[in-house]
Amino acid sequence: MKLSHFEAALLFALVSSVVLGVVTKKTDRERVRYGLYCFGSFMAALFGIAWVMHFLHG
Amino acid sequence: MAQASSQTLPASTPARSPYLVLFVSWLIPGGGHFLLGRRGRGALIFLAVLLSFALGLMMRGAMFQPKSGDLLTTLIQYGGFVADLASGLFYLLSVWLGYSQEDVAGHSHDYGAKFLVAAGLLNILAMVDAWEISAGKKD
Repeated sequence: MKLSHFEAALLFALVSSVVLGVVTKKTDRERVRYGLYCFGSFMAALFGIAWVMHFLHG
Repeated sequence: MAQASSQTLPASTPARSPYLVLFVSWLIPGGGHFLLGRRGRGALIFLAVLLSFALGLMMRGAMFQPKSGDLLTTLIQYGGFVADLASGLFYLLSVWLGYSQEDVAGHSHDYGAKFLVAAGLLNILAMVDAWEISAGKKD
């Protein structure tokens, strides 16, 4: 099985966000919100770092 | 200690030894949460750790071995081994059935090794969470 860097990072963000959401916070609503927040943060970092590398490499 | 802490447990939490919960959580990811009646959360943890571990195996990721060398090599090998081992039954079964891969060059194999390590690290988070629930420190 071969995944691109983006696909691997997307799946990593998914499983990590699920567990981080489950093990933190007190209510289910807060857990869902925190899981989504973590996933969004992973994606923001992924795209942000990708653009930084794009400009650094010219 | 377990008896004293179980006095503060919510009524919805069955009294279980935190050590038993920790062991079951290690062996079967999410199993500790099941023991404590948190079935939905246990199922999510099980599926997330299983998905991460399965992706690692399908990408033919290497499993770390406790090898010594220079400081960085020792840290990476032992740290990776502990993280792989933290996946519990998934790790034990895959080694027993011969799915443990040698470290080979290639970005896909490298991603696979990271997914295997991530599965164990996520299970450590779940183990700590189950321990805290069984000790009455959180719900």
